[in-house]
This record gives sequence, structure tokens and C-alpha cells, in this order.
Amino acid sequence: MSWQNSTSEGFREENRISAGRRLLYRLHIDLPLWIGIMLLAAMGMVVLYSAGDKSIELLNRQFVRLFIAFIVMIAIAQINPSTLKHWAPWLFGIGLLMLIAVLVFGDVGKGAQRWLNLGLFRFQPSELMKIAVPIMTAWYLAEAPLPPRRGRLIIATVIVIVPTLLIAKQPDLGTSLLIASSGIFVLLLAGLGWKLIFSVMALMAASAPVFWNYLLHDYQRQRVLTFLNPETDPLGSGYHIIQSTIAIGSGGVYGKGWLNGTQAHLDFLPERSTDFVFAVFSEEFGFLGILLLLAVYIAVISRGIIIAVNAQDTFSRLVAGSLTLTFFVYVFVNIGMVSGILPVVGLPLPLISYGGTSMVTIMAAFGILMSIQTHRKLVGS
Amino acid sequence: MALNNNLNLKDHFHETQIFNQRVLIAGVIMFILLILLLSRMVYLQISNQQYYSTLSENNRVNIQPIPPTRGLIFDRNGILLAQNLPSFTLEIIPEHVEDLNKTLENLSQLITVSEDDLKRFHSNRRKKRRFEGIPLRFRLNEEEVAKISVQLYKLPGVNISAQLSRHYPQGKLAAHAVGYVSRINEAELRKLNASNYSATTHIGKVGIERTYEDLLHGQVGFEHVETNAQGRVLRVLDRTLPVSGKNLYLNMDSKVQAIAEQSLAENNGSLVAIDPRNGAVLAIASMPIYDPNLFVHGISSENYKALSTSAERPLFNRALRGQYPPGSTVKPLMGLAGLELNELHAHDEINCPGWYMIKSDERRYRDWKKEGHKKTDLLKAITESCDVFFYDLALTLGIDNMSSYLAHFGLGQKTGIDLLGELSGLNPSREWKRRNRNLPWFPGETLITGIGQGFMLTTPLQLANATAAIATLGQRFKPRMLYAIQDEQNGELKPTKAETLSSVPINEISHWQTIIHSMKNVVHSIYGTARGINRNLKYTIAGKTGTAQVFGIAQDAEYKKEEIAKKLQDHALFIGFAPIENPRIAVALIVENGGSGGAVAAPIVRKVMDQYLLNLNEDKTVPLNTATKSEGVAAQ
Repeated sequence: MSWQNSTSEGFREENRISAGRRLLYRLHIDLPLWIGIMLLAAMGMVVLYSAGDKSIELLNRQFVRLFIAFIVMIAIAQINPSTLKHWAPWLFGIGLLMLIAVLVFGDVGKGAQRWLNLGLFRFQPSELMKIAVPIMTAWYLAEAPLPPRRGRLIIATVIVIVPTLLIAKQPDLGTSLLIASSGIFVLLLAGLGWKLIFSVMALMAASAPVFWNYLLHDYQRQRVLTFLNPETDPLGSGYHIIQSTIAIGSGGVYGKGWLNGTQAHLDFLPERSTDFVFAVFSEEFGFLGILLLLAVYIAVISRGIIIAVNAQDTFSRLVAGSLTLTFFVYVFVNIGMVSGILPVVGLPLPLISYGGTSMVTIMAAFGILMSIQTHRKLVGS
Repeated sequence: MALNNNLNLKDHFHETQIFNQRVLIAGVIMFILLILLLSRMVYLQISNQQYYSTLSENNRVNIQPIPPTRGLIFDRNGILLAQNLPSFTLEIIPEHVEDLNKTLENLSQLITVSEDDLKRFHSNRRKKRRFEGIPLRFRLNEEEVAKISVQLYKLPGVNISAQLSRHYPQGKLAAHAVGYVSRINEAELRKLNASNYSATTHIGKVGIERTYEDLLHGQVGFEHVETNAQGRVLRVLDRTLPVSGKNLYLNMDSKVQAIAEQSLAENNGSLVAIDPRNGAVLAIASMPIYDPNLFVHGISSENYKALSTSAERPLFNRALRGQYPPGSTVKPLMGLAGLELNELHAHDEINCPGWYMIKSDERRYRDWKKEGHKKTDLLKAITESCDVFFYDLALTLGIDNMSSYLAHFGLGQKTGIDLLGELSGLNPSREWKRRNRNLPWFPGETLITGIGQGFMLTTPLQLANATAAIATLGQRFKPRMLYAIQDEQNGELKPTKAETLSSVPINEISHWQTIIHSMKNVVHSIYGTARGINRNLKYTIAGKTGTAQVFGIAQDAEYKKEEIAKKLQDHALFIGFAPIENPRIAVALIVENGGSGGAVAAPIVRKVMDQYLLNLNEDKTVPLNTATKSEGVAAQ
């Protein structure tokens, strides 16, 4: 096909122009994505230095974590998408077993059972599922021609819903929503019929009261209620939202300047180096800073979309598209929650927030994107 | 795999098309969501930046008031009467305490913590925030401070803080006049300037502390401080220093005051000494007395009960509020009235058989001297205190003339001294009786008014001021406690101005000289009722004794018999001024149930005058602290 030829020619041209770029390709690194990720990580380090009250120790730990995450990303980028496709059922199966294991004998932390103690280290199986669910769904749907038929749809839905419910039961609402959406994105990108989409949406709206009354924990319900009206409990659960909107709003256009955020440095902002780091960023760098940050995010997401569109097989396309859209959900939900337009769900701001196993997972996803992008010629030839 | 690919080759383009279409939709949705996020940011950071900046400033900047240091009070010689000393308070900061009950238990093993302390602590705990210190015990002594300090490392959240608190180094001396400060109560809180008192816990309740509260208090200072989310102060952004209260110097001479109080220690009573030249109050004693230091930190209920229920009424300021019949001390004024109103001539004589009768009345009005004074003129009548002479004079003058003339000397009116709570006494008149008792005036009442009995009541302060008016030939001043205000910059004293009261009109200066002469005879003549005090007298005194029948001060039914006898004794009075040639001190004294004015009251007045006029500084019997450097105790 014509577009294949043109990219091959493009590649040959790159080959001629730059030896450095050829090296990156051999290492299976996608340069635009790499630059975007590095920019975000750098901005993250800058804001974390402020949010952590100039703690070098915090920066060191974040640096080590980023380093590990980069290695994971590069390692995964070496894996051919077709290999990944073969692994999909196995990854999914192992993840599912571990989720069940967590529920049976997992470690309890902060009131939720999310961790599996593997002796040497603790592991959060839900993180594996963030990758495994879209891969599994994509593998299963790519087996047959698209758009998927009813039978496949039902099984694909089960593939998405089972881990979602298991994680929701831990309870970890944020992650289960992410996993559900990563699976649903695969379904949508695979060409799920519009009729079906709208009827499911209608069904969900109808079942919302059931969801509200029977499936949510008290603290989750409280978060939603607080979100709807934070002033009812300004010192309790509304405190986070009120203080973070004050932080963002008081930043103004130009911000208070790096290290000068009073909301952050005087302890008014809770969770300021983790989930609420965006508030610190907005307070200190203002609207202009936010524009810059969002521009970088948009660049990264756009690159992900381009990779998905350029992917050469259905599986790669679906995986790349789903992972990219999930990344967007991360960004949107975090910023939305910190700025008070979404209820508080415990999601970090990807690549900026301090710590979290999620950093490795996100980087693994970028590894997959890079792999899809840089293994194309093998598929094409 | 290969089979699959072959089978679906046809659909490959279609699949890509669907996928690209879906990605496009996803892109549009993402774009819309990003616009949503951005508009939220515009709303927060651009449209409402001002609002959120204010909230953020309010979050971090707090205004903390700094209490001003209260002004000191000195006597005229610079002897310190009221000062500020550091006082140690034991505080507990709940958020630092691991186990509150255990901490309280540990503390009560180290020092005494009463039930009241605990009750107050727990009620405060509900009102305050977790990082604020809640006082458990006030006024720790040095031993207690030491005991706790040693154990502080084991007691997280326990803190000893130092504040300045009022202290009266002379203790009971002049307690009524100096007064005391105590915690601000709710009623006062409503009336106060809330911002100026925002850091102040105590307010003057009585005496100078109350009258000059505005001068003594000073101006509150403010600190703009940056606080973190817990409210802990991180740094001071801006500071307006408080302005200390003014140091006040009183006209009072502590040594004179001490002599007066010591002399009255056995009998209750009151002495007021005034400088007739300007109204300066040199001494203002009221006995018995109390220790004002008891009130500063909240008087214990037992102590307060003891003070308030004592039949001796130590809290009652007799100098201002004790209303006594003046008795014979009113006679010089009566004589002057007779002379000035031309109803009497200096040499007019009457015969005193020891009693007096009026035509319409069967009753005999007795003289104190049973056998009578025989032939008596004005000079003799005052020197020997003849009652019959004044019965006759009173009848001649009539109640209307008498009361209007006595009013010139301030009887029946408040003097306007710079102390609160003064009573006006009673200068009875026909009009007064009709209005208050709804009864006509009887001639017999005129008679006894002539010797300072009956309805007539005066306060010691009024008597002293009237005596001063005799000494100055009718010039009158408002009695003043405050001598000077110290300038905070250069430390110089700025004396307050003397305030005159309406003078007594003078008809004939010789009339006044006659009266003063007769008063001199009271002390210096061999017939004088106060002749007992003229031995070795180095200056001249014009005086008048008085003995007043008891009423006015309430009698208590629960009194034991021997005490009743004592309580029924007459009050002994003496008024006088000295030296006659150039009067510098005028004194009025009342000794409750003291008996004879000449024997009991006059010697006390002489001691007071000796102290003041001869300046017996070496008197070792009067222990007084000397003034300490006032700025020594700085604000925290």
C-alpha cells in the first residue's frame, strides 16, 4: 500500500540523514515520544523540588524511580508487538490469578487490599492489568474481522468487566475505572456499533442509582457528595478541593513563582507531591505554566495517536490507541479532580506526581507504543 | 495467523477506516475535554484570580495582637505601688500530647492541680484549636517551674509560658485607692474597645487602676504573621509595636498613708489628708483593708467569701463611701455661718446650763458636759465644744440658712475626686426632708443638725475638703489622686493641673480668722478638747474634735455581746489643718466606735501631720519597698 511505501522511503531517508536517529531506531526508541516524556519528567522534577519543600531525598527517589521506569520502557520497546500478542492471554491469566490472590491474602494498606507480597517486593497486580486488559481485549478482537460480532463482544466485555470488578472490590475505584476505560477504548476503536454504544450509555444512566446505593463504599459516596458541594464540609472531606482550587486560582496568569507557592509551602495543600501536584504547579507557574504543561501532554498524546494510526496491524492499532487514550484519561481525571470539576479519585498526574507504581506502568505503556512504532519495518517487509 | 490474514485481507482497509474514524472522534472528544479543562483554569486563574488570591492571603496571614505593657503607679516620692512581674503559666498543647489523661496525671504528681483548674482546662479545651496552648495552672512559683522544667522532656506538649502580670509590691497599702486589676468580665467586654483590648486579659476594677484605665492600658500592637495550615506562626511579616501605658505618679505620700493605716489598725475608720493649696490627696486610708494581689489571678472563692462577708467590710472604701454624722467637727462651719450671715457676733455670749429647751417642746437637749459650760462665747464654744451654744445658734440661723451655707463647703455633694464610687453624704434641708421622707421639718431637728447629728452625713473625704476650705479662707479644689503623668520619651513628669471648685463667698475676712483662732485653741489652749496633742508640737494646728453617735454603718444582728458594746460606742472624729500660718495639710479622721475625738482621733492626726510636715523619713516602723527600675520588666 502507498502509505507503507512512503514510510519506508521516509525511513531510508532518515537513514541517510542521521546516524543518531538510526541508532535510536535500532534501540527501538521513538524520538518525539522520548522527548515528550523527558520534558514531562523534567517538569515533574522541578515542581516536585518545590512541592517536597526542597527535599533532595525526594528528588533522588523520584529520579531512581524514573530511571527504573525508563529501563522498563526501553526493555519493553524491544519486544516485538507480535510477541506481545502471543503473551496476551498469559499476561491476562496471571494478572487475573494475582487479583484473586490479592483479595484472598493481600496486604492491607490505607484501608484497601491492593498489594501482593511476593517476598522480595510487594506488587500491585492491578498495575499489570492496566496493560494486560487492553492487550488481551485487542488480541481477542483482532482474532476476528472487525467490527466484532455479538458473541465476541460479549466475551470481550467479560474480559474487561471481571478484572474491573475484582479491582473495584479491593477497593480501588480510580484504577478500576482506568482499566475499564482501557478495555472499553479497545472496543470503541474496534468499531463497536453506535446503536450499542448509546444503549449501553442509557443502561448505565439507568443503573446509576443501583451503582450509587450498592456498589460504592461510603468514602467513595462521600467524595462525590463533597465534590458536588465542597463548602458543606470545608475542614473535612471538602478541604482538599477547596484548598487546591485556592492554590490554582491564586496562581493567576503568571503564577507566584517557583518555590513561592504559599498554599503549598504552608501545608494548606494536602497530598501536594502526589495526587495534588498539579495544584502546586498551577500556583507557582500560573496559567502560562498550565498552557505549557498541557501542550507537552497534547504533544505526547498526539504522538501516541499518530503511532496508533500508523500501526500496521489491528492488534497494534487497538493497543496503541487504547493506551494513548488511557493516558489522556489519567491527565484529564487528575487535573479535573484537582481543579474541582471531577470528584476526588486517587489518580496521579502521569510522569509528574511523585512515586506510585503507576509510573512504571505508564512507562511500560510508552514502551509498547515505541515498540509498535519501531518494529513496523519488520511487519512491512 | 496466516490464514486469518488471508481471510481478512478484504476487510483490512475497512478496519483501518473504522479505526481512523474512531480515532478522529476520540480526538474531537479529547479536544472538547481539554477546552473544558482550560476554561476551568481561565475561570479560576483569570476571572477569579483576585478572589482566590484573597483566600490564599487570608489562609496564610493572620493578625496577632500584642498586649501593651501596663503603666506603673508610683506615689509622690517615686515609691512603686503597682508594677508588672513575669508570671508563669503551665500550658498544654493538645496536638503534641500523646496521652492527655496520663499527662494530666503526671503533672498532678509534680504540682498541685485543683478540681477548678481541671474544670477550666477542659472547658477551654473545647473552645481552642489543637495547636493552641491551654492554660492548666496560673502563677507557678519558682519551685514548681523548676520541678516541671526538669521533667519537660518526658512531657511532650507541656509548656511553661511567661506573661507579665500585675503586682502590688506594697501589698495592702492604700489598696482602696490604688485599686486592682482583674480578669475582664463579659459585661466589660461589651463596653470595651474590642480591638485595643484584643490581647489584654486584665482591666482595672477599682481605684486608680480603674479611673485611669485608659492611661494605664496603652495601645495594642499588632503583628502580621504568616501561619501554616495548622495555624503555627512561621514568620512575622510586619509588626506595629504596642504603646505602653503611661506611668502615673500619685499625690499620695506612702509614708503618710502607712502611718494613717497603722494608726487605724485597731479601730476601723478612715483618714483623708489633702494639701489645701491644690487639692492633692496626700493620704486616703480606709481600714480594714485587703491585699489587692489576691484579685489579680482570680480570687479564690474562700478568700472572696471571707472578704465580702466579714462584718468589718474590708472591701468597703470608707474614705469615699463611708457616710458618718460629722458631730462637733461641723461646729467651726456653723460658727462661720453665724458670723458671715450676721446672725452672730464674735463676742455674743450665752449661758450654758448643760441643757437647752425650745418653747414648743418638753424635751431637754443635753450638752455633752452635764454641768454646762456656763458663760460661753463663740471662741469658748468651739474650743470646748459647747453644744448648747450651737443649739441656740442653729435655732437662730434656721435650717435653710444652715444647709445653704454648708453647701458652700461641699457638704451633701460629691467632691469629684478622681476615684469612682464616691457618695455625696447628706446636707439635710426642709426641701430634702419633704421630698425624701414626705414629712415637715421639726425645730428639734434644726438643733441637732447644729451639732452635726440627726440626718446630716458626711464622708471623710468631704470633711477633709471642707477643712481645707477653712484653711484657704474659702478657696476650694477638687481632691486629686493623680499628681503627674510620666512622659514616655524623656521620663519627665507632667503634673496635672489643679481644678478649682466654687469658692466660699467671704463677707468679712475677720470672721474666718476668728474661727481659725478658735480652732487653734482646740489644740493649743489649755481648755481645748484636743490639748493632749500639743506637747512638743513644732508647728501650729487648727483643729476640731468630734464625737458622733453611732448610726450609718450597719450593725450586724449576729454580733456577740462584747462586740455589740464596742459597736455602740461613739465614733471619734478630728479635723484639722497645719501649719496655721501657711496651711500645707488638712486632715479629716473618723475612728469608728473610737470613743472620744480628743483622746483617740486627734493623736492619730498629729502623727500623720508630723510625718508629713517634719518629714520623718527615718521612721523604721514603716516598711516600704523602694521603686525599682520601671522598664526592667519588658514585654514578652
